[in-house]
Amino acid sequence: MTSLPQSTETKLGLVIDLDTCVGCHACVVSCKEWNTSNYGTALSDVDAYGAEPQGTFLNRVNSFEAMPESGCSQTVHFPKSCLHCEDAPCVTVCPTGASYKREEDGIVLVNEADCMGCGLCAWSCPYGARELDQIFGVMKKCTLCVDRIYNENIPEEDRVPSCVRTCPAGARHFGDLGDPDSDVSRLVAARGGMDLMPEMGTKPVNKYLPPRLKDAPSDATLEATHKTPEGLFAWLDKALEKL
Amino acid sequence: MHPAPSVILFTTLSGLGFGLLAFLGLGLPPVTGWVAFVFFCLAYVLAVGGLLASVTHLANKKNAIKAFREWRSSWLSREGVFAVASLLVMAVFAIALVFFDIRLRTVGALGALLSLTTVFTTSMIYTQLKTVPRWNMWTTPPIFLLHAIGGGALLAGQPRLAAVSLILLGFLMVWAWITGDEKGLGGTTMETATGLGRIGKLRLLEPPHSGQNYLLKEMAYDVGRKHAQKLRVLSLVFGYALPAALMLLFTVHHTTALIAILSHLFGVAAGRWLFFAEAAHVQRLYYGK
Repeated sequence: MTSLPQSTETKLGLVIDLDTCVGCHACVVSCKEWNTSNYGTALSDVDAYGAEPQGTFLNRVNSFEAMPESGCSQTVHFPKSCLHCEDAPCVTVCPTGASYKREEDGIVLVNEADCMGCGLCAWSCPYGARELDQIFGVMKKCTLCVDRIYNENIPEEDRVPSCVRTCPAGARHFGDLGDPDSDVSRLVAARGGMDLMPEMGTKPVNKYLPPRLKDAPSDATLEATHKTPEGLFAWLDKALEKL
Repeated sequence: MHPAPSVILFTTLSGLGFGLLAFLGLGLPPVTGWVAFVFFCLAYVLAVGGLLASVTHLANKKNAIKAFREWRSSWLSREGVFAVASLLVMAVFAIALVFFDIRLRTVGALGALLSLTTVFTTSMIYTQLKTVPRWNMWTTPPIFLLHAIGGGALLAGQPRLAAVSLILLGFLMVWAWITGDEKGLGGTTMETATGLGRIGKLRLLEPPHSGQNYLLKEMAYDVGRKHAQKLRVLSLVFGYALPAALMLLFTVHHTTALIAILSHLFGVAAGRWLFFAEAAHVQRLYYGK
């Protein structure tokens, strides 16, 4: 059924801290590693060792330069994957019922046995979170590592999405955003977590924590630090003047 | 958006085919016997040919049959259901008319309604996408419907109706182009896409990957925009103005009709190319485009 559930009590999702992300792409690699060998078909690469390599990824990191009116620019690394929207347009457009949102935890998944590879769900997604696999011809997207988070065959600390487990900076958090008392919900409240493209009306579950304001004015570092020489340099300066 | 030839062919041909079917269902022209057979063959070749072209665009064709399932929520599924329903209903009408010389008026009218509804469902596949502001406009469904009615009338030998529809369509196309240009990405910016507008203006420092990928190929298509104005003029002149003039100013016989139809097809194909090539998807903002 590609109708959306009325509402889901549990809303599993990610909280991504743009203040902490260092742009190392470890989440991209670990996501590809886990998901190419588990849920559904592999995440294929085309021309992997050739001149024009390309492949399917469920998580990618963009890097932006934010330029304030005055002062230095700020580099922001921006990981992006499926936001498991409450009003997910990718689900309702699907003609075959392959695309669905789980009532029990709100995860948006693709049943590859039903996907005909029309690509309409990718067109309907504002975030570019779905990629049609170029070899297998089915739509791939973040599963929130549904095969890890409930998996009792792996140690408890590993029962989080692969990207979260891997992040060396602790910039990715996983939890229930439907529960206002969960760690992730409190983090979102404390840090002013935000939605991407709220105007699209998709009501994303994943939240992004904005970069913190700089504690020192960023243009302070642009000031010349040695305007007048002191000590040894003052003596050298004088000695060289006299020569 | 990537102007896939299969999708351009599909929307152009099947729109025309369903338009012609709608007219035949209403008894315009009032053909019977072998003449009716030829008309129906043409309509079916166009409609079914277009549908088959659209199937070639699927990456996993073996599941295409499952596309009829989700008509409750999906416009693409509804399109499939209505397309098959109109082809079947019109087949009953056509067989009765061609082989038994019986005109089943109610069946024909129902078939005509279903045919036009099919074209409407096609238009809604595009209209529903908030992510492509140029498609997400009230003009999209009437544009698709007028293409079917105008083109169908040309094929069905209804010169007055064809001319009126095509002239109306020409004005609507210009209106849609202008409002589409003004709308741009409809207020969505790199700043709203990332939430980083609170710091300042944004620029892409480094894309997430150095090579191509599906998203860039499919949704950040740039070729063809360069010639947008020329293509718009070509589309207006050949798609609507010339056929409308031929229908109004000359006595219509087979040669003028053929010229009008070929000119219309060429113009519509150019316009459809633009419909895709010019349509910008908001996710291109993540690539700084």
